[in-house]
This record gives sequence, C-alpha cells and structure tokens, in this order.
Amino acid sequence: MDCVVTGGNVKVLAKAIHSLSRIGDELYLEPQEDGLTLRSVNSSRSAYACFLFAPLFFSRYAIPNGHGFRCKMAIKSVQAVFRSLASLEKTVEKCHIELDGDKNRLTFTLHCKHGLLKTHNLSFQDSESLQAVFDKDSSTNVLKAQPRVLADTVLNFPPSLEEVTVTVSDERVWFRNHVDQEAELSKAMLTELCLSSDEFDHFAVRAQTSVTFCLKELRGLLVFAESTGLPISMYFDEPGSPVVLSVTDSVLDGNFVLATLSDEPCVRQKNPQRAGTSPPPSDDFMNDELESCLIAMDNSMAPGPSVTEAVSAAPPRHAVSPPAKADPRRTTNSEPEEESGEEEEEEDPGRPPNKKFRSLFFGSVYPTGSPLSNRTMASQKVLASDSEDDT
Amino acid sequence: MPLSTQSQADEAQYVLVASLDNARNISNILKAITFKDHAIFNATPNGLKVTVEDSKCLQANAFIQADIFQEFTIKEDSVGFQVNLTVLLDCLTIFGGSTVPGVSTALRMCYMGYGHPLTLFLEEGGVVTVCKINTQEPEEPIDFDFCSSNVTNKVILQSESLKEAFSELDMTSEVLQVTMSPSQPYFRLSTFGNSGNAHYDYPKDSDMMELFQCTKTQTNRYKMSLLKPSTKALALSCKVSVRTDSRGFLSLQYLVRNDDGQICFVEYYCCPDEEVGED
Repeated sequence: MDCVVTGGNVKVLAKAIHSLSRIGDELYLEPQEDGLTLRSVNSSRSAYACFLFAPLFFSRYAIPNGHGFRCKMAIKSVQAVFRSLASLEKTVEKCHIELDGDKNRLTFTLHCKHGLLKTHNLSFQDSESLQAVFDKDSSTNVLKAQPRVLADTVLNFPPSLEEVTVTVSDERVWFRNHVDQEAELSKAMLTELCLSSDEFDHFAVRAQTSVTFCLKELRGLLVFAESTGLPISMYFDEPGSPVVLSVTDSVLDGNFVLATLSDEPCVRQKNPQRAGTSPPPSDDFMNDELESCLIAMDNSMAPGPSVTEAVSAAPPRHAVSPPAKADPRRTTNSEPEEESGEEEEEEDPGRPPNKKFRSLFFGSVYPTGSPLSNRTMASQKVLASDSEDDT
Repeated sequence: MPLSTQSQADEAQYVLVASLDNARNISNILKAITFKDHAIFNATPNGLKVTVEDSKCLQANAFIQADIFQEFTIKEDSVGFQVNLTVLLDCLTIFGGSTVPGVSTALRMCYMGYGHPLTLFLEEGGVVTVCKINTQEPEEPIDFDFCSSNVTNKVILQSESLKEAFSELDMTSEVLQVTMSPSQPYFRLSTFGNSGNAHYDYPKDSDMMELFQCTKTQTNRYKMSLLKPSTKALALSCKVSVRTDSRGFLSLQYLVRNDDGQICFVEYYCCPDEEVGED
C-alpha cells in the first residue's frame, strides 16, 4: 500500500481517525480497489463506524496486488500520528502512508513545514474483515441536516448524557434525553428540543417513531462533520433496529451504525416481518434482533487467533460469550442494571444485566444462554424463560 | 517604599541583596528547572546560578545575570546556599503570581550568610510579606565536564519546532534517541514506544535551523524521564542549542526572554543511556 494525502485532506483523514476513536479501541484498515476503508467497532459491538476514502481523495493511491491486505492496530497509536489537530492544517503539507510488508510496519510520514519530517512506524496485526451489513436505503425515515443544526441541538444536553431519544412526526423532530425507566424520577431532568422539518435539508418520515441511541458516537461524527462541513443523514426505522448516521461527499463516505434501544416488547415480533434482509428464520440462534444489521466476516484471511475476536454472524453461542459477559463498555457506571428491561430481568436474574440495546446490534453480544432458551424466546416471543439458565 | 523600611543595621549584615521589580522574572525561570526540591544557589558578582540535579545523570542550571536585578549587591566573591526550590517558588508567587499587566510583585531577596535563612520581602499593592526560608548546607554540584572543545555536534534551533516535537513525543518510549550527523538524517529525534517507533527529522537547511555544525555521526539515547523536565524550559525559550560531546553527553541550552525582554539562560546536561546496540 502506498498512499499520499495532501493539503486539507490530511486534516479530514485525521478528523476521521479521531471520530473513529470515539467508537472503539482498534482501527481496522483495509486498502481496497474502491478506496481505503477505516473502521472501528466498540467492544460490545453495538456501535460500528466506517469511513471509505475514494482513490481520488489521495494524490497517490496504490494498493497491493493479489490477496486483500487488511490489518488492525490500536487507534491510539494512529491518533498519536495526528496528535496536534489544531496545528495540522498549518504545518503538515503531505502525509504518506506506506506499508512495509517485510517489517510488518505501517509507516505514516508527515512532511511538515520547514522541512520537518515526522515518521511513525506502527506495528499492526492481521485482522479479519470487519463489516456491518446494513441497508440504509430501505429505511423508513431519513433526515438530513447541516452539522451545525445537530451540533447546536446536542450542545443542549449535558456531556454526561449517554443516550438520546429521537422522535419523529410528519413535521417535527424531538430530541430528548433518555431517562432510564428505573432511574429515580425525582432526580431526573428531562430536556427536550423540537426541530421543525424546515431545519433539515431533507426530511422524509414515513412512519412516526421514536428511537434511542448513544450520543457519544453521534458527537464523534459531529466533530468530523463540522470540520468538513458535510451534512449528516440519519436513517432509521423503529426501536430496536439500528440507526445509520452518514456523511458523504464525492471522495469519502462515512457511516456510523448504532444500535437503538428496544424498549417495547412488541418490537421483537414486529421485526421479522419487516426486513427482507433479516436472517432466515431457521437460524435459531440468530434471533430476530440481529436482523438487518450484523457483522459478517471473512475468516479466509486470518484463521488464526484473530478469529475468536471476530464478530461472527454464525458462531456457536458459547464461542461469543466473552464479550457479552464482559460488556466492558460501561464498566464504570451502574447503568446496565438500571436500564435492562424488566422482562429481561425476570428472565434471568442470575445473568449479568445487559442493557438491551447493547445486545441488539450483533448477535454476539446477546446475553448468552443455551441456544434452546433463545429459541424459545424467539419463537414464542415470551421473554421470561424458566430458571434453566440459573443452574 | 515598604521594602526599604528595614533598619540600616540589618542591611549592612547581608552578604547578598538582590531586588527585582517583577518577581515573575525570576520565578518563571526557576520553574523551568523545578523537577527536584533541592536547588543549589551560587551567587557571584556576575549574577545568580541555580542548580538542580537528578539521579546524578541530569543537571539543570538557570543563569540569572546581575543586570536582570535592579539591585544586586554581593560582599563576597561567591555566596552559596541550598534551599527547597518548591518552597521558594511558593513564596515568590505568594500573591498569586498574577499575570495581569501592571500588577507585579516586587522582590527583595537577602541572605546574611552561612547558617542564616534566605529572607524574601515581597510587596504587591502595598502589602508586604516577609518569608524566611531555612537554608541548607550547599552540596557540590556535579561537574559534567562538558567543555566546548569536546563538542562534536551542535545545532541551534528555534524552539518553536522542537516544542511541537516534544509535545507529540511518544511517552511510552523509555528513551529519546538523538541522532546528529553531517549527512542524512542530520538531526533526528526518535522514540520507541508500544505502538512502534517514530522519528522527527530536521533537515540542516530548514528555516528553523539557525546553526548546524555536525562533524561526526552520533547516536545516543537519553532516558525520557530525565529529559522530560527540560520541556518546561523549552516552553519558555525562544531558541535552543543542542550539543553533544565526544562521550555522548547532551547539553541543551535554552535562551529565555523574560517579561521585560531581557535574556536569561537555562541549561540542561544529561548523561547518555547505555550504548546503542545494533539497530
């Protein structure tokens, strides 16, 4: 791989990496025919982000022939290359990204003002392909707004706020902070903003609905969108199915796929009817919540240890249990407890409580249980199961 | 003037009296060498030299020339004492160290000689504080024996360009490797951290390079933890001279301009880490 980024595009690339760092700890890098993709997924697999930089984005773009090369590395180390974002625009004239296959090093060379040359040789790991399957074009609701509109909206929420609920009607959109059902209502504060459809560049609501998703990732994308001035499009359907936030221009494409909270039990039965892309019903273990959005993977490249880390569409339950058990995303607060749905609580009190929408996105993080119990759940849409899990 | 209210008798006993209209001119420069509590003060008619050392491997000197002070009276050829630098700095900024223009703390620093405390009279807005800091037996500073005749390589850079590099340095790297060479890469700073290595190369014809005198290719490693305090001096400075001698010892000299446009120097000496292996 041999790419050169020049001028203002260096900052765009840097901002993309910074916004990806809001998602996960690792950066998946894959040079492809149609451009360079940078991806990241969070540890509970409930948020995924991908940037595709078209060959035209680069002043030189050459990729290795033959087998597809892909790798992952700590996103922090890549961030370090572009540490001083503020001065980047003024100082960096050219960024050269080169793969040294022999030394297994990915080299970022920044050609700066005054002839200063910064070379970062980063080590990387081979990785599986990381890809979320989503179909934003079939979404029922599409909103498109200038980043300023959304940034001003988000600004009204406290930085500590984790989830935001977006409700749409034919003419309006409400942004509201999400309050846990189990939160103490006397202490809860509700902030709600209403935006008229005029505020949006594009406003297509076919079904009035309300989705709740994490604010952190939206904030991350906003940083990128604001610096590039690109409008953000938001594609969503109903609670429980993912929301896709995307930015596009002629040379780049960014998509953030976020799980939404499914707080209504009825959602589970609605889902299978809807999406044609959902997994076939015979896939018992892939319950309907996976539906149109799951990460498929390709193990062909690295069948080694990296496989265990893969977000598999069809793994045996036990193989993917660790991420679910750990749910490391929110280790510092007690939120999962507060927020896990009531049914689920009853269903398996012994299990680590899991915020429902964390598990929605990819099957791998669904609270583990025997395939049997899941099958029961899926087919009967009865969420409370017997105590078999507790034994 | 409150500072002159002391009796003439007292005044006569001091071996060292130094007054300064703006205490920031001295506190700032002392901050640039604050990485250990103990500072060795050595005053001569030329001015004040303050030395701080760490692990017998690092030495920082701040030179404050006599003419920086409005008054600098010394009755002996050389007056030496040691004080706790942190305490001294706390005293110098006792009025909050305000950076508001027009508001400054006036300082009169007096020392009566061996066994006596260092006495500071500080005045701001008509309020006077008198601080007495106990002095300690002065230690002999390490002689790094760094003489200009042994210097193999020397570059002078505008600090701006080094500040950027130092602010970005990978602190997971245990060492900072400095390469100086008459040929490429001329002047290179390298780190070897958890996520890989990084090099910062300064070409010899860069606008930032004021002087480039390298006679021999030299690569030495210095402990990052030792060099880190020098970034404080770097931040204050406008120019920096980087020199290495034949033994690989590093000398960093910072030219610091104070609030009044006067020039002071801060100097760091650092021992090299163990020999560089084949790399």
